[in-house]
Amino acid sequence: MHDLPDIDINIKNISKIEGHANLEVTVRNGKVKSVKLKISEAKRFFTQGVRKKPCLATPQLVSRICGTCSIAHLTCANLAVENALGIKPSEQTIALRHLTLDALMIRDHMMHLFVFCLPDIYDVDSILELADKERWLVEAGLLVKGAGNELGKLVAGRSVHAPYPMVGGFLKVPTNEEARKMAHDLEHARESALEFVDIFNEHMPSFERKTNFIALDNGKYDFFGGELCSSEGYCIGNKNFRNHLRRVVMPYSQATAFEFEGKEYMVGALARMNNNSHSLHRRTKRDCVHVLSRFPSNNIYMNNLAQAVEIVHCMDRAIDTLQSFDFKPEKYTMPPVKAGKGTGVIEAPRGTLYYDIDVDDKGLIKYINLVIPTAQNHINIERDIAALVERKLKFPRRVIEAEIEQLIRAYDPCMSCATHFLKVKWGGEKPKDG
Amino acid sequence: MGKKLKVAWVTFACCEDSSILFLELMNDHFFEWKDKLDFKVCRILQKFHKLEDIDVAFIEGAIATKEDDHKVKQIRKASKKVVAIGACACTGMPSAQRNVFDDATKQEIVEVINRFGHLPKVQPLKEVIKVDYEVPGCPMDEKIFLQVLQACLKEFGIE
Repeated sequence: MHDLPDIDINIKNISKIEGHANLEVTVRNGKVKSVKLKISEAKRFFTQGVRKKPCLATPQLVSRICGTCSIAHLTCANLAVENALGIKPSEQTIALRHLTLDALMIRDHMMHLFVFCLPDIYDVDSILELADKERWLVEAGLLVKGAGNELGKLVAGRSVHAPYPMVGGFLKVPTNEEARKMAHDLEHARESALEFVDIFNEHMPSFERKTNFIALDNGKYDFFGGELCSSEGYCIGNKNFRNHLRRVVMPYSQATAFEFEGKEYMVGALARMNNNSHSLHRRTKRDCVHVLSRFPSNNIYMNNLAQAVEIVHCMDRAIDTLQSFDFKPEKYTMPPVKAGKGTGVIEAPRGTLYYDIDVDDKGLIKYINLVIPTAQNHINIERDIAALVERKLKFPRRVIEAEIEQLIRAYDPCMSCATHFLKVKWGGEKPKDG
Repeated sequence: MGKKLKVAWVTFACCEDSSILFLELMNDHFFEWKDKLDFKVCRILQKFHKLEDIDVAFIEGAIATKEDDHKVKQIRKASKKVVAIGACACTGMPSAQRNVFDDATKQEIVEVINRFGHLPKVQPLKEVIKVDYEVPGCPMDEKIFLQVLQACLKEFGIE
């Protein structure tokens, strides 16, 4: 059977993703023997580092797990500490928290679509090469990304390691005047955001493989609150997530992976759109009506289109709040601490993020654990790559490698995040439960 | 097209917050930088990678593994100037938090340390290579970064 090839693919330092990862694929006799996505980010041991630290300071510390989605870690940890201490935040705090996550989604999705994915569509290596040929497009991308960044600065103080969001409140509240101006600026950038919906709708590579999609469902396409639901049609309470997730240790990677009810699954924008697109903002539904019929989908590249639609949704939600909410100065006071256990669950840009914490009677962290979106997608990514390679064996190696990188990029993986987990049990060379 | 500053943007153990901030600064500086900067190495922007004859290397993150140690020395050799970007590169922290763990916690992580070639201690850049400028902050201080970049452009005669 000489026509069945043996191939060894080895991609070092996958480009245009967040963080460092390498990939090894082994093909023997035309069959994929193994796919190893090796996350090479050095572990920084935050789950150990925050032990015995004050729980009220912990959200700011764990924010440093990841630059690009720092606001997701900050918000999720704030929710977990509030849950442990029994704190009920004000209506204004909840509104500001939604705005903070809207800002994160706009900025982070746009970084992925514009800086990482757009070069694949235009067959160039970087957006720098688009500056002369497609200046309007670069200007549109910068405008949308900049709008997310400015919204983050206004409501959270900065869009990376934001200083205002705290356990139980915000250190600073925008004025109504600032909020109304920001709504105006978002409205201005919205046109450009819709352009990106069309671009990613038209340029849609196809790679389909059936999987299970998991996301929070709350009937409003909010990024926190509600229940965890699967595309297979069942829901679980947030506090029970641990009973349904199984940790799988990858001996070759500095990260870990998860299965849900014993099977691989996908989290992120595509999962949210597949499960919840009926709950999008009414303006988003009106102006994106031409793409919504494409969901649900098993095509992973639809994740890019899902992100583009979410950008519009986040702008529409934020514009509503910024125009109509009556923001009032609210003095922040540090909440009293006590012993307790808490859980935080949010939809981060790349999917569901979980925090579990245990606080002692002095308010110090006894234990913290987190489940990261990219770790949940890990097995799904590897199985997609295996299927892709088997379907493309007749193509030249450079074509296969370029498609693998593009497929990995469609997941928008975040390697800085992925290395954070608590227990490590390395059992020989075979993956084992941790 | 005038002369450009040949730059590398590289990251080691960190959360890449300053890389993100750098991309956000591009919202305002994109068209200026595309004419003045020639990216020889910048994984977050491009696949193209040529580590030689670099004017200025911007290095984010601390040195945590033997591989980091080897790579950062290669970057130093290939670069005329090195700028340490952000808290982890300048001070080691918070990436260096394992340096101060108690013995029980150190024991807990020892298998990872051994298995993935981590160094005994996480180090700031200046303990491993010569650093010419520092941009402190977690994330880096934007104003200081822009000042350092301006100084580098001037130093290499880029108009």
